[in-house]
Amino acid sequence: MGMRRGKPLWLTVPAYAALVFLYLPMLAVGVFSVNAGRHGFGWKGFTLEWYGRLLQNSQVLEATRNTLILAVVSTVVATVLGTVLAIGMSRFPWPRRWRGFLDFAVYLPVVTPDIIFAAALVVAFGLLRAVSAAFNPGLLTMVIAHVTFQIAFVALVVHSRLVTIGRTLEEAARDLYADTPYLLRRVMLPLLMPGIVAGAMLAFTLSLDDFVISFFTAGPDSTTLPIFIYASVRRGVTPELHALSTLIFLATVLLVLGLERLMWLSTRQEAKG
Amino acid sequence: MIESPEQRGESPIPEHGSGGGARRRGGGVSRLLIWYGELTTQRRLSLRGVAFILVPMAWLVGFLILPSAALVAVGFAERGAYGEIRWSFTLENFRRLLGFGLFDWSADYLWILGRSVWVALVTTVFAVVVSYPLAFFIASRPPRRRYLWLALVVIPFCTNMVIRTYAWMLLFSQHMPFARLAHLLGLIRAETSLYPSVWAVYVGMVSSFLPFATLPLYTSVERLDWSIVEAAEDLYASKRRIFFQAILPQTFPGLTVAVILTFIPAMGVFVVPDMLGGAKTMLVGNLIQQQFGASRDWPFGAAVSLALMVLTLAGLFWLRRRGEGAEWV
Amino acid sequence: MDRPSAESASPAADRLRKGFASGLRFLKSFPADHNLRPATADSIVAGMATFAETRSALCVEGVCKSFGEVQVLTDIGFEVSSGEFVTLLGPSGCGKTTLLRILAGLELADRGRVMLDGREMTGIPANRRPVNTVFQNYALFPHLSVRENIAFGLRSRRFSESAVAERVGVALQILQMESLVGRYPHQLSGGQKQRVALARALVNEPELLLLDEPMSALDAKLRAEVQIELRRLQRRLGKTFILVTHDQDEAMTVSDRVLVMSDGRIVQSGTPAEVYERPVSRFVAEFLGSANLISGSRVNGHVETIHGPLSVSGSPGWSRGTLAIRPERIRVCSRRPGMNGVSARVREVIYRGDHMDLFVEPGALRVRTAPRADLRAGATIWLALEPEYLVPLSD
Repeated sequence: MGMRRGKPLWLTVPAYAALVFLYLPMLAVGVFSVNAGRHGFGWKGFTLEWYGRLLQNSQVLEATRNTLILAVVSTVVATVLGTVLAIGMSRFPWPRRWRGFLDFAVYLPVVTPDIIFAAALVVAFGLLRAVSAAFNPGLLTMVIAHVTFQIAFVALVVHSRLVTIGRTLEEAARDLYADTPYLLRRVMLPLLMPGIVAGAMLAFTLSLDDFVISFFTAGPDSTTLPIFIYASVRRGVTPELHALSTLIFLATVLLVLGLERLMWLSTRQEAKG
Repeated sequence: MIESPEQRGESPIPEHGSGGGARRRGGGVSRLLIWYGELTTQRRLSLRGVAFILVPMAWLVGFLILPSAALVAVGFAERGAYGEIRWSFTLENFRRLLGFGLFDWSADYLWILGRSVWVALVTTVFAVVVSYPLAFFIASRPPRRRYLWLALVVIPFCTNMVIRTYAWMLLFSQHMPFARLAHLLGLIRAETSLYPSVWAVYVGMVSSFLPFATLPLYTSVERLDWSIVEAAEDLYASKRRIFFQAILPQTFPGLTVAVILTFIPAMGVFVVPDMLGGAKTMLVGNLIQQQFGASRDWPFGAAVSLALMVLTLAGLFWLRRRGEGAEWV
Repeated sequence: MDRPSAESASPAADRLRKGFASGLRFLKSFPADHNLRPATADSIVAGMATFAETRSALCVEGVCKSFGEVQVLTDIGFEVSSGEFVTLLGPSGCGKTTLLRILAGLELADRGRVMLDGREMTGIPANRRPVNTVFQNYALFPHLSVRENIAFGLRSRRFSESAVAERVGVALQILQMESLVGRYPHQLSGGQKQRVALARALVNEPELLLLDEPMSALDAKLRAEVQIELRRLQRRLGKTFILVTHDQDEAMTVSDRVLVMSDGRIVQSGTPAEVYERPVSRFVAEFLGSANLISGSRVNGHVETIHGPLSVSGSPGWSRGTLAIRPERIRVCSRRPGMNGVSARVREVIYRGDHMDLFVEPGALRVRTAPRADLRAGATIWLALEPEYLVPLSD
């Protein structure tokens, strides 16, 4: 018994209203990013000047570089650690107490408001600074912070994939003479791949989406795009800022559509498989 | 490949494995077991399990569990004259949070805590109210369209919150139609923007956290058992009764998740009130940021963080109990 | 082996036969330097040629298994000859699947041992046992094509590419699936999946093939066809098959021997005819088809029942107990039969097309007979409960 089709007005109107509510602000930003007028809000004609200026703004380029380095490095580390953790958690018969601790460690970042986590890391890095200068605020501390909350999300996604795969396929592979390396290479890894990729893309998105944790752990030389925008807004709104925000938004759109495509493909495979 | 049965070792795995496949063979001498089709021993299996979780767990302990413990410890420490931490055991930070200042009692911090809870609750209610019809709408689309709609809901959410909030600032600024409309209606003075205000904060927060409410609601709506609704229709139930007795109870699990997922980040929010709100809408998040930023009072910041954690957990437990109760109805 | 057979009346069976013949030619043409493990290649060809030779291929002794507090298998012991088709038949939860998993090496027995071709199997992991399994829901690898699914067991043993291609080709031919090679499991029907699962197991030439309720996902009509095909396939390959099922029809159709299981024990073992015609207990009598159970007490060489004194061939081992008789073994007579005649009144007649079920009084006997116009409710008839069909039960 499926959901009934049809488009009753009382559903359609709120749905499209919600879309307007979600997209109107970004639309406004996009419009102003191509408005030739520097000051004021009147339409002064179309221009791509502000986008051009971004390319000459060394601060923006630096922040973009930092943002991407942070996202890529933390995603790679978190994907490896999270996948390994998920396999470790779900493919070994942990006693109840161990299991409870593992669950606790994985769910903690999910249920904690990010500002508490950020505060905890500020304190921890502050204390560690006495040990090593590596913990001075900077890209390294930011990567550590990002990896820490990404691990949990990657592990949860991969774990749910492992649960879907179940036990029988592994048993079938064993029954068909597979030794452990062959089983991992030929069965587990291909089957887990959609989960790992989805986890990685989620981690990447989370890293790009984060502001609070970066803001707390960033140093003077590790400004990311969100931090740059936050600081710039304090100094006043400029058309370059509109252009930058629009670009980031468009990049996000592409990222999410890619992820959506991936999830659609993998669920379709499961539904029929 | 296979160790001799005599080989023994201390293992974290109990003698009767917790999973269906792990069983002990023999009267305690042999520790052979079969796990996911693999013939192995408990010792090997535990070693491998530990090898798998060792690095990620070390990371989580080092950068999550221990820092959290450090945060708790600092919450009971004192601030030195230069913003350094003076280790001691004092409840002073919490006394201060409760309003006992140097000179007299003031409810400022309590107000901030209370306001945070209130704003988070209002945000949650609005997000759920907007999400509910949206979830039904999405679930009524053909499958391919559903994913498109879900993506449409998720995309703004994946855009950085600073950018989204900044977009609202632009939209609410004095020369934009909203502010002019509000002025025409006599809500604000001429030449002022719609922010900072508590309403701007609500709008910013609801738009930020909407997907947290929409996605779980959609999941439970998608799984709705419509035969119950049809049975109710057969029995001439009124539309109202059908909704409250045949549809709403089925979405309670999703509703609980939606509320939890919205409430948690809404409690800790910092960007939105910082950018769209003013001094009157200061929330816990801003207070914490202030202590770790400008004021450089880590012990007090840690104490506020602990208070936030306690409030969040209390809310979670309350919701879980309510959620469990709801399923019994 | 390759003799023309009366069974090949249907075109499907004919294709099967031809496919097998070419498969066999191919197998016999195996050059010695193929990277097959000698045990597999040689014993398969040899085994195929001499499948009629009866030797104990599988020997299970005193196997016990419990999950926590629950005793799932109690002192299981049986032997299976090479080339025999044995069915483990029992209701769900009787431990038959657990027993199968122990044979496959997917579960460890608490006690007892499993010998395959005289080799103790206990310490041998599933991936080194010359045993393959057709899993209940087939457990096909969703990311691999039909060809790669079938080739899996060969590739994991590092067979050469040409050996894999040839063997898979034969398997595809035997099971008539050449057209499906490029498909993925989600593009297959239930029957096709089952064939792939079967091919995936058989291509490895296992000494023992285990089938865990392989028909349970098929609809009734298809199931009946597949059962017969499976039976023929096993005959032709001469492999040892062990099938687990809860469906007594299936067990009857396919097996040389049925092991009836209940509560973790084997309660009866024998040919389908033996377990059907001579059930040892109420459980077996009622689980396999329907049975009329008549309680009575032994008095001087016959059994006193509510239908009067009945003669029984062979003396029951009890003084008070139960006799069983199949409904179709009760003969309807127009006049009093010479022996064990029972006078009865027809209470209800149920017409079933190919037969009729009568419910008669007294004693609520159920009688199955060819359709007859003269049998109506209320008619008084004579029934013959012939001694050879009256089976004294042990309980």
